[in-house]
Amino acid sequence: MEENPDPGEERQPCSVSMDLQGDGALQVEISDAVSERDKVKFTVHTKSCLPHFSQTEFSVVRQHEEFIWLHDAYTDNEDYAGIIIPPAPPKPDFEASREKLQRLGEGDSSVTREEFAKMKQELEGEYLAIFKKTVAMHEVFLQRLAAHPTLRRDHNLYVFLEYGQDLSVRGKNKKELFGGFIRNIVKSADEALITGVSGLKEVDEFFEHERTFLLEYHTRIRDACLRVDRVMRSHKCLAEDYIPVSAALSSLGTQEVHQLKTSFLKLAELFERLRKLEGRVASDEDLKLSDMLHYYMRDAQAAKDLLYRRLRALADYENANKALDKARMRNREVRSAETHQQLCCRRFEHLSDSARQELTDFKARRGSAFRKNLIELAELELKHAKASTLLLRNTLTALKGEP
Amino acid sequence: MAAEREPPPLGDGKQADFEELEDGEDLFTSTVSTLESSPSSPEPASLPAEDLSTNSNGPKPAEIILDDDREDLFAEATEEVSLDSPEREPILSPEPSPAITPITPTTLMAPRIESKSMSAPVIFDRSRDEIEEEANGDVFDIEIGVSDPEKVGDGMNAYMAYRVTTKTSLSMFNKNEFSVKRRFSDFLGLHSKLATKYLHVGYIVPPAPEKSIVGMTKVKVGKEDSSSTEFVEKRRAALERYLQRTVKHPTLLQDPDLRQFLESSELPRAVNTQALSGAGILRMVNKAADAVNKMTIKMNESDAWFEEKQQQFENLDQQLRKLHASVEALVCHRKELSANTAAFAKSAAMLGNSEDHTALSRALSQLAEVEEKIDQLHQEQAFADFYVFSELLSDYIRLIAAVKGVFDHRMKCWQKWDDAQITLQKKREAEAKMMLANKPDKIQQAKNEIREWEAKVQQGERDFEQISKTIRKEVGRFEKERVKDFKTVIIKYLESLVQTQQQLIKYWEAFLPEAKAIA
Repeated sequence: MEENPDPGEERQPCSVSMDLQGDGALQVEISDAVSERDKVKFTVHTKSCLPHFSQTEFSVVRQHEEFIWLHDAYTDNEDYAGIIIPPAPPKPDFEASREKLQRLGEGDSSVTREEFAKMKQELEGEYLAIFKKTVAMHEVFLQRLAAHPTLRRDHNLYVFLEYGQDLSVRGKNKKELFGGFIRNIVKSADEALITGVSGLKEVDEFFEHERTFLLEYHTRIRDACLRVDRVMRSHKCLAEDYIPVSAALSSLGTQEVHQLKTSFLKLAELFERLRKLEGRVASDEDLKLSDMLHYYMRDAQAAKDLLYRRLRALADYENANKALDKARMRNREVRSAETHQQLCCRRFEHLSDSARQELTDFKARRGSAFRKNLIELAELELKHAKASTLLLRNTLTALKGEP
Repeated sequence: MAAEREPPPLGDGKQADFEELEDGEDLFTSTVSTLESSPSSPEPASLPAEDLSTNSNGPKPAEIILDDDREDLFAEATEEVSLDSPEREPILSPEPSPAITPITPTTLMAPRIESKSMSAPVIFDRSRDEIEEEANGDVFDIEIGVSDPEKVGDGMNAYMAYRVTTKTSLSMFNKNEFSVKRRFSDFLGLHSKLATKYLHVGYIVPPAPEKSIVGMTKVKVGKEDSSSTEFVEKRRAALERYLQRTVKHPTLLQDPDLRQFLESSELPRAVNTQALSGAGILRMVNKAADAVNKMTIKMNESDAWFEEKQQQFENLDQQLRKLHASVEALVCHRKELSANTAAFAKSAAMLGNSEDHTALSRALSQLAEVEEKIDQLHQEQAFADFYVFSELLSDYIRLIAAVKGVFDHRMKCWQKWDDAQITLQKKREAEAKMMLANKPDKIQQAKNEIREWEAKVQQGERDFEQISKTIRKEVGRFEKERVKDFKTVIIKYLESLVQTQQQLIKYWEAFLPEAKAIA
């Protein structure tokens, strides 16, 4: 791996939406994606002038499991212990959408053809939205890696980006899954032990503060994610409800007496348009608010993982100190104990420095991402509310003008 | 639904409205043509222009005749325009009579002219203006409010008392403004009386709000939660709409029972309205019997108008039910959205509190505030969805049931007439047989019976024609009201939606600078 110091390199503020411009050294994007049966195939397109690659521009096809493999490769790597590893993209989940489409297909005789067509349209839109989201999630993951001065130099990343063949990383088999599960338990137990009992003193105020902050923040943001999801679902339900209302108004209108006919038909049309607007509000809230919260929940978890690793390193350092003292007392194997202790010390300090930087960056990143998304959210909400108002006003004028 | 008194929407245009309706309108053309083309309509004492449209202002031609043979116990508002006989025969409410029997003298009717000798005392004395206004049907000066629900008593005997306030300048009332306390069964009692008197002769009597054993029990038991407050509010609003509709009906407005209900401080308890009382059970049995009968009556419909209308109302009923169901789902989901938004607002506030980044923390708190306001907004909109739109639909679904009932009464009336004709025929045959058998005393009896049944046939025919006429008028009035109601409600509902969107704009506009302030 070549040393490629980029001292003046500025990391672009990351956000969930694709704001990551790699510099000329490494640019990654997902140029295409295909959904087959139960898997999605992403076409990862790379542009790079790095000498390591055999071409300057190339593409490979990757599936979700391969992204996970890459993520695990980073998290398992000691060298990156002091870095917040970009959270892995969530598995593409079309299950709910697929179920709904199936239920629609099974048919409900009370639904008219127009209603059916509209509901199908809604569902297809939903499917498409989920698809776009999963592409975005996978892309952001890669782009953050490509933008990070240290992480972008990883060999596994190059393999991922360039290796033409399938990486043969089938979905984690049972043993590995189980192993992963155990690892997580051990980790939390470790953390509890380390921080609670052993009297491991956190001398650094900064990290103490970060720990308290992150623990609470992660819980709160997870809670917010759950609740915002419910809001999304309600909003979508509401938009869908406009379909049968519009249909009923329409059939009323066609049968009604002369004076009410136009009123009902206009109302039917209004509800149809309102449905589309409500749908857009729901999906914008989804993108700008829900997705953002979910992403930063995962990022907060990654930050927590970093803190844990640092604590482990601190524990190791403490243990090494104790071992050294013991060795000195017994005057046995002092040299090796000294070396070990120095190693632990260096490792811990290096980790701490890196972590400090990473956590500061995390805060800045969070700030700018929330800022961007909240501004966009407010602007979109305003846009839709204004459109709705106009629509409603026009209908009111038309109706009031009726004899 | 407007019981608020509104001035005729388009001043003079109102006239134009009527004309328009007369010319092109389904509802009226057949009515008008029938009446105008057959001045020798069945009833000798018929009124030339019985539909409302031509009746706007100005006195009617002097040949207004008051029938007292008609089943409705009060003269029509429209007919009252002849002002030389402002006196009316008030008829005190009879005992609750079985629905079918009309209350008529069985003697032959003779046409009466104007101020007939009425023996009953005059209860009211109306000015020309008032009568004209009522004839118009649109501008009648009476406003009803139902308010201040108050729990009276304890435990299972407890009940809600509602204040019924009337504001009016009609002189048939003792005062201009007065209020009384009424309980739900009082309303049901009122409806029962009105229905008994007017339904079977073809008047569309607005149905009373429905009973709810579950809802009421919760209130009685003293559950002070939001569902029982909502239940009481729903009921209060329904009672108000019920009264407003009832007083809008020109004939019902004249009814002394209605007046007593609005005015008198004490009202005898209407016990027969209890669901599980003897009378209640009898009602249910009668209803079932009626339903069976309806299926077996095969009427020769000579007038296509009725068949058409029945079909129209049947269709309307189905459509309204569908719409109502879909609006109910909308209400439900909007309420859910409101609740979920409130929950999210709380978690956003907590997130803001725990956020390290100061400017972001502030923005998140602001976001939480916005979301909280929005949840309130959703809730208010859900109320509008319900009280403005959904309840109107359910009111009309029940009103249409009343309309259908009136058509059914006409069928029964026809059947009675038909049965009388059949019996008459039999009596004639019997007489013929007696003639042949030469039994003088039996012949006399047969002749008597024939006379009796001839009278019944004539009465039956008159009744039938009367109810048909009344129904036509009623349907015309009903449809006019319905159009007005729906239009008003639609506009009101849309205005509520506009209001919500405008509030949203306000909130998000206030939030935007906060988001931009995140450093």
